[in-house]
Amino acid sequence: MNRRAGAIAVIFCLLTNGADAMEEHEPNFFFFQADRFEYRAQDGDDSLNWDAQGWYGGDTDKLWLKTEGEKRIGSNVDKAEVQLLYSRLMTDFFDVQAGVRYDPEPHPRRSYAVLGIQGLAPYYFETDAALFLSNKGELSARFMAEYELLLTQRLILQPALEVNLSAEEVKERGIGPGVNDIELGLRLRYEIRREFAPYIGVNWERKLGQTADIARAESEEIDVPSFVAGIRFWF
Amino acid sequence: MPQQICTLAIASLFMLAACGANAGTYDLTVDKMRMGFKGRERMTMAINGQIPGPVLRFTEGEDVTINVTNKMDKDTSIHWHGILLPYTQDGVPGISFPGIKPGETFTYQFRIKQAGTYWYHSHSGLQEQEGIYGPIVITPAKREPYKYDRDYVVMLSDWTDEKPEAILGHLKKNSDYYNYAQRTVGTFFKDVSEKGLGPTLKDRAEWGKMRMTPTDISDVSGYTFLVNGKSAAQNWTGLFKPGERVRLRLINGSAMSYFDVRIPGLKMTVVQADGNNVQPIKVDELRIATAETYDVIVQPEQEKPFTIFAEALDRTGYARATLAPAEGMSGEIPPLRPRPQLTMADMGMDMGGMDHGPTPGKKEKAMPGMDHGSLAGMDMPKKDHGSMAGMDMPGMDKPDMQSGIALKAAKKGGKVLVYGDLKAMAPYADYRAPDREIEMKLTGNMQRYFWSIDGKKFSDAEPIRLKYGERVRFTFVNETMMSHPMHLHGMWMQLDVGKKKFNPLKHVVNVPPGQSLSVDVPADAMGEWAFHCHLLYHMMTGMMRKVIVEGPVAANIETGHE
Repeated sequence: MNRRAGAIAVIFCLLTNGADAMEEHEPNFFFFQADRFEYRAQDGDDSLNWDAQGWYGGDTDKLWLKTEGEKRIGSNVDKAEVQLLYSRLMTDFFDVQAGVRYDPEPHPRRSYAVLGIQGLAPYYFETDAALFLSNKGELSARFMAEYELLLTQRLILQPALEVNLSAEEVKERGIGPGVNDIELGLRLRYEIRREFAPYIGVNWERKLGQTADIARAESEEIDVPSFVAGIRFWF
Repeated sequence: MPQQICTLAIASLFMLAACGANAGTYDLTVDKMRMGFKGRERMTMAINGQIPGPVLRFTEGEDVTINVTNKMDKDTSIHWHGILLPYTQDGVPGISFPGIKPGETFTYQFRIKQAGTYWYHSHSGLQEQEGIYGPIVITPAKREPYKYDRDYVVMLSDWTDEKPEAILGHLKKNSDYYNYAQRTVGTFFKDVSEKGLGPTLKDRAEWGKMRMTPTDISDVSGYTFLVNGKSAAQNWTGLFKPGERVRLRLINGSAMSYFDVRIPGLKMTVVQADGNNVQPIKVDELRIATAETYDVIVQPEQEKPFTIFAEALDRTGYARATLAPAEGMSGEIPPLRPRPQLTMADMGMDMGGMDHGPTPGKKEKAMPGMDHGSLAGMDMPKKDHGSMAGMDMPGMDKPDMQSGIALKAAKKGGKVLVYGDLKAMAPYADYRAPDREIEMKLTGNMQRYFWSIDGKKFSDAEPIRLKYGERVRFTFVNETMMSHPMHLHGMWMQLDVGKKKFNPLKHVVNVPPGQSLSVDVPADAMGEWAFHCHLLYHMMTGMMRKVIVEGPVAANIETGHE
């Protein structure tokens, strides 16, 4: 509980600092992007998945929203998370982000304090790394990277990597310590406009270590390949 | 003594009479208007119902009164670009005056102290891109040192079907939004087959490490390029009789575009740059930076049409007009040349045995290895400044050591105008060593699309203070990968091309990527002035400063009413 209070205090400090630095004259912009909004065909266990983010703000300070989740076909939403972050440009290419995350699904629900960095790494890798501290005091982390390979000016191949880690075992969520899972994706999109691009691709999720053991014990899949088709859009 | 007073009185009377005879009133109305090309129209903004606005023809010495009426529902302003005047008449909202409110008329009054080709435009928000711009032609009091039979304004501009605010939004959210000439897998294999795998990988690694791309030579595309408000298809035409000397007043009134201008079949004799006479130089081609003006004289001998061909630097299109012996004629339109690409030389690297690529272990910044230290290494001897400013690097014979965006003549062996060619017609009387130097690093964040000077945006920066009467050297050090046409209001910049008192006077100087150049500014106009990059979206996102020229004591600031 103390740790949680500390994290919230840090976030509050960052937020108030940012407010001072806000410029008066420059316009704020609003951005929303569904990087993934897709149908996943995975051997009779199909799902709809989304991964979107948006922000409102100026060059330096932004309010940032991130959401991702999954809904099994013919069933309810089984995974969902929403993050609300204050984001501050710290170097030319990277933002530091702090805020809260709430997972309405799966149960039991969790909320987290979030601290992360997001930006463009050398060689044009879009990266997002974050630490999460849950309301039960559990520490976890996530690292994501994407690259855009231009086959033509409008046909773009996007490899993506996501790794989830946990500092401890969280039994009720089926998570073991260490690397929990990795996810690799390869999506080929066609930008009809910059803002609107349908895509197809493949996705592969693999649970690892104790997390995989827990999944096996509960006779869940640890290895989930899928074909995906979706739309990437922003405004 | 009484005789002296009498003479003085008569002289004053005579001057008064002269002034009275030499005064003009001009009325401009800014309003909304529908306009478009290619069958699409959108609501935009115009002066007196036309884009560009009317040509304002003044005479040197004239006392002008210009009534600008705002019929729109938002504030506007008109700035007289390149004109020397009291700062309260300069028309920059927030610096020279509060702007012109909806329904209001603002009356500008000033005496014309110069001659030549200039222009005017809104200095409010992104209105210049909408269509609030027009030419100014000032007839000199004395005879000009060249003759011509015909005189045409050729105002180049860039029309967009998008709202300018939408363009800015796109750039903020995706700075590559308008670049449809990026490197692809295809160009990778093309480079591999031409240069080999090793050099191609090395090249990709160098650019990737910086998170930059050599194709990034312009920010906005999708423009329809205009000459005097006419698209290439509408073909603005200027008439001539064979053998006549035709003066063309080239004005780059675009928001974001550079043009490479040539008239196949004709040599252009450059006689003026930014309104100031220069010693005539014959060229086949010239690059006109945003907001610059060049006056050229051509002499077509044959009875046939000649195409004035102005390719946009990024080769996404061209503006075109025709000089013809009769209306309705059309000359041959040359194909667009390949789009130039930046090289490591444009990044200020690879020069004179400098380290290859970014310096490791440096603090992350927009341009690794491009701090002043490495630039100092490429600073050339002062006598070479001219050719450097003109991007004509001597002794750089290896292809990847040359600037990729420097203009190369379309015609084999053709002469291209470079800054080093510009030599003022008359020496500057008060030429002397500068009293001090101010370095201005041109900086920015291309990825997040905001621009700055010395790493600070306009909104975060203190004004630059100059003392009236001092002579200040500004050295621009371009640490970005874009060219920046730097514009100072109210005072001349004497571009150092190594010609001392014959250095040309300019109101806009183009600073190519990775290069530096110096201008001397005589601080001879009291008040508060804007100093900015004339690429509209660069200025709007922060590449601007306020310059305050103040007296040694509380001197009386010149006002519009003399």
